[in-house]
Amino acid sequence: MVPSKFAYHKPSTIKEAIELLTTHGDDSKILSGGHSLVPVLKLRLNDPEHIIDVSGIESMGGIRDNEKSITIGANSTHGEIAKNAALKEHAPMIALAASMIGDIQVRNFGTIGGSIAHADPAADWPAVLLAADANIVLTHAGGQREVDIDQFFKGLFMTAMGEEEIITAIRIPKTPFNKNSTYVKFPQPASRFALVGCAAAIANSDGYITEARVAFSGVSATPFRDSNVEKSLKGSVLNEDAIATATASVADDVSIMSDHFAAKKYRKHMAGVYARKALSALA
Amino acid sequence: MKVPVSITVNGKQYDKMVEPRLLLVYFLREELALTGTHIGCDTSSCGACTIHLDGKALKSCTMLAVQANGKSVTTIEGMANGEELHPLQEGFHMEHGLQCGFCTPGMIMCAADMLKNNPNPSEEEIRHGLEGNFCRCTGYHNIVKSIQYAAKKMA
Repeated sequence: MVPSKFAYHKPSTIKEAIELLTTHGDDSKILSGGHSLVPVLKLRLNDPEHIIDVSGIESMGGIRDNEKSITIGANSTHGEIAKNAALKEHAPMIALAASMIGDIQVRNFGTIGGSIAHADPAADWPAVLLAADANIVLTHAGGQREVDIDQFFKGLFMTAMGEEEIITAIRIPKTPFNKNSTYVKFPQPASRFALVGCAAAIANSDGYITEARVAFSGVSATPFRDSNVEKSLKGSVLNEDAIATATASVADDVSIMSDHFAAKKYRKHMAGVYARKALSALA
Repeated sequence: MKVPVSITVNGKQYDKMVEPRLLLVYFLREELALTGTHIGCDTSSCGACTIHLDGKALKSCTMLAVQANGKSVTTIEGMANGEELHPLQEGFHMEHGLQCGFCTPGMIMCAADMLKNNPNPSEEEIRHGLEGNFCRCTGYHNIVKSIQYAAKKMA
């Protein structure tokens, strides 16, 4: 498979990248690791006239451990994230999900920024970033803005990003629920994408749940937090009964995807199974 | 419009003019005639096109040649030291790690990355590490043994 023709640009600063983006507008696409975009170009699902390769922009790399949050540069690869000690300590589900993406080869070069900009609903990042209460840092010609993750994923391959914005970083707050978090997935065996991915993050006080965040990838065209599950858990003790009650009706309020890998009914059932797995791991 | 790239492959620097849309795997196979790197699924699932870019395993069907500009590539042709096989190549030979052989270059390149990060993997870790490489002959059992052979030899 061969992509359509395009012109290739490799800026070395964010400013330069945004100038290119502003000049070429919707005829252009940002390339980081290329592990979402190159397959799209090969299938000719998109045929931009300009590719802006941001992989050489140093300020978009690295993972910084700040006082109240961890900032993941958008160019960080899944492999780097999986190995990061600060994330393992403060938000284990983030490192765990990274270690489960694709395979060794994909984790070596695929980046978090590229993956979430692509917004495949079956990718692993949406579930864990929703559960983590992450903020997405978007940079445009006039400066920066931070979008709450709950407002970021808008639908199938759709996000809140403006056409002249670049994801430059992802911020993970250091919270009690992130410290006590996990991710489980039921992968499609060839692609390793999630037929169901469930991230759970739970904060307890004196044994009772004070905050519960439970989110899903792969189940609906828009990744989502299940507020019914979260409400049911809040105030209870995380035991077998509470988990059974909370997960009795997982994904009730969303439209469920259906394809030749997993039909609607099966997917919904497996969402419940994986929610129980995730919560049991934290009990 | 073609653009210049300078890519070091198996220790030798190549300066070429390429179309930006040229995939790295075609650069290797068609520009450099290094046909040991195979194209299987062409959708970054099967791993037959695995090479190393700056020492890390990569599916070369999922990267543009221009992305590798200024970087260093190792392909299966760069693994042996003259007539002396790489321990992984020797392992696949000794343990009959191939049937048709189509997946073998990718298996070896992925296994080399795996062993670099985990020199003494368990059988389960090897099987898990190969999740991005498919053998349609289903000869996984001997592939695992071949990698264990190499790990032992490299220890």
